[in-house]
Amino acid sequence: MDTPEKLTTIAPQRQNSFGHSLNDFFLSIYRIYLFLARFFKEVFLPPYEWNEVVKQCYQVGVRSFTLITVTGFIVGVIFTKQSRPSLAEFGATSWLPGLVSIAIMRALAPLVTALIAAGKVGSSIGAELGSMRVTEQIDAMEVSGTKPFKYLVCTRIIATTITIPLLATYVGFIAILGGFLNVNQGEGTSFSTYMQQVFEPLSFIDFEASLAKAVCFGFTIGVVSCYQGFYADKGTEGVGKAANASVVTAMFLVFIEEVIIVQIAGWFR
Amino acid sequence: MDKPKGHIDYNDKVISIKGLKKSFGDQHVLRGVDLDLYQGENLVVLGRSGMGKSVLIKIIVGLLNADSGKVLVLGKEVTTISSQGLQDLRLDIGFSFQNSALYDSMTVRKNLEFPLVRNQKNISGAEIDKAVESVLDAVGLSQTINQMPSELSGGQRKRIGIARTLILQPKIMLYDEPTAGLDPITCIEINDLINEVQERYKTSSIIITHDMTCAKHTGDRIAILLDGQFQRQGSFDEVFDTDDVRVKPFYDYNFIQ
Repeated sequence: MDTPEKLTTIAPQRQNSFGHSLNDFFLSIYRIYLFLARFFKEVFLPPYEWNEVVKQCYQVGVRSFTLITVTGFIVGVIFTKQSRPSLAEFGATSWLPGLVSIAIMRALAPLVTALIAAGKVGSSIGAELGSMRVTEQIDAMEVSGTKPFKYLVCTRIIATTITIPLLATYVGFIAILGGFLNVNQGEGTSFSTYMQQVFEPLSFIDFEASLAKAVCFGFTIGVVSCYQGFYADKGTEGVGKAANASVVTAMFLVFIEEVIIVQIAGWFR
Repeated sequence: MDKPKGHIDYNDKVISIKGLKKSFGDQHVLRGVDLDLYQGENLVVLGRSGMGKSVLIKIIVGLLNADSGKVLVLGKEVTTISSQGLQDLRLDIGFSFQNSALYDSMTVRKNLEFPLVRNQKNISGAEIDKAVESVLDAVGLSQTINQMPSELSGGQRKRIGIARTLILQPKIMLYDEPTAGLDPITCIEINDLINEVQERYKTSSIIITHDMTCAKHTGDRIAILLDGQFQRQGSFDEVFDTDDVRVKPFYDYNFIQ
């Protein structure tokens, strides 16, 4: 099988800019396909890099934890505050907890977590691997008998796939707590009543869909940022490009996946 | 005066390259390279920038694929070897990168331990410590063991880079521009280190350089890569005893100007 390294040496015939762009587009698709194929091939083969996976899970969690906590709480507070006037017009402010929980659990928690992780973790992985590529550290690993793809790429993709769903669940509960702060101030609802109203409208499929989304988002962020970093162009410019492309591409794909998974979950509801 | 060559075994080729070609798009970098490296020999490859010197050693270690030709390293054909075979072969080859390529996020100790821990699963902590101390002693930088790469000077980074390759006790050393960007005194120290490595670890080496002092000091044989092929090979004095206008400027610039 061709490797993406081999494909970088292919010199496309640049007859016109449209043809060139089209050629580059299909080449990129093929390279990503090879990257994914290599990931699935290597991830199941020993030796397993458990220590590095745990280290990367810790890194991903720690990198985003504070930002995610603050953001999740604010999202809960703001969403509740902004929703109140509309419900108040119909005298239905008692529905606030249910509305907050549905919005947060079904959409906001995984989405907000993924967007923050794409910015914080994705750019960090893209820049880190890009820098290692540019300074030949990845080549150094390769010539010293280590498989850098397995050690650097597989571990980071597994880490984002595991950690981002955990963070999304955490964000969900933090946002619901933020909602409680607002509902308690506005309506004087007690914590136990609020929590009862929060979980009443939620079904198991909501949690499942939310978790499935977060897993997809985590995998996507890991794959995109590792791909951009691992195959960064030579030179310092390549590092910046890798970090930037990691964030932009991951965020774009997260929104696309959000639309697709919402449709699929809708069929099961 | 040329280096004494009594330590070289001319019956034992550790690297044998025949008709090696490599192109990048329409740029033909290597156009049928033939080269042998003998056991215990230091071979210096000289050539202008962009002539494919680094490409040559990257093909030897399997970081780049050849377009055609044969590359036998320690009796194994690199161009057709399996992935696992290549990984095993690499343990016998030390590669010293131009910019040292130390792992930024690890201390010197962790940098040196890394290849050992990755490749020798049953090695004890005491054995690792002993190996680390031994290679640090060999490069004369025992005091840097707990420092980060960012705290080291350019020369120290080169030495640690060489130490990291030595920890696996390779049979072949490939040096990519070992003296590039260093001051003259540090260059002399690195040249001495290359010769010490050759003597102490009985390695055979290919040294890619522009530095004529490095070439004269470390090379048992000099090979000049021009137009994608080796045009002249021999001892330092033999190679530069010529009126070839493509070769003379190397000598003139360094020793006359």
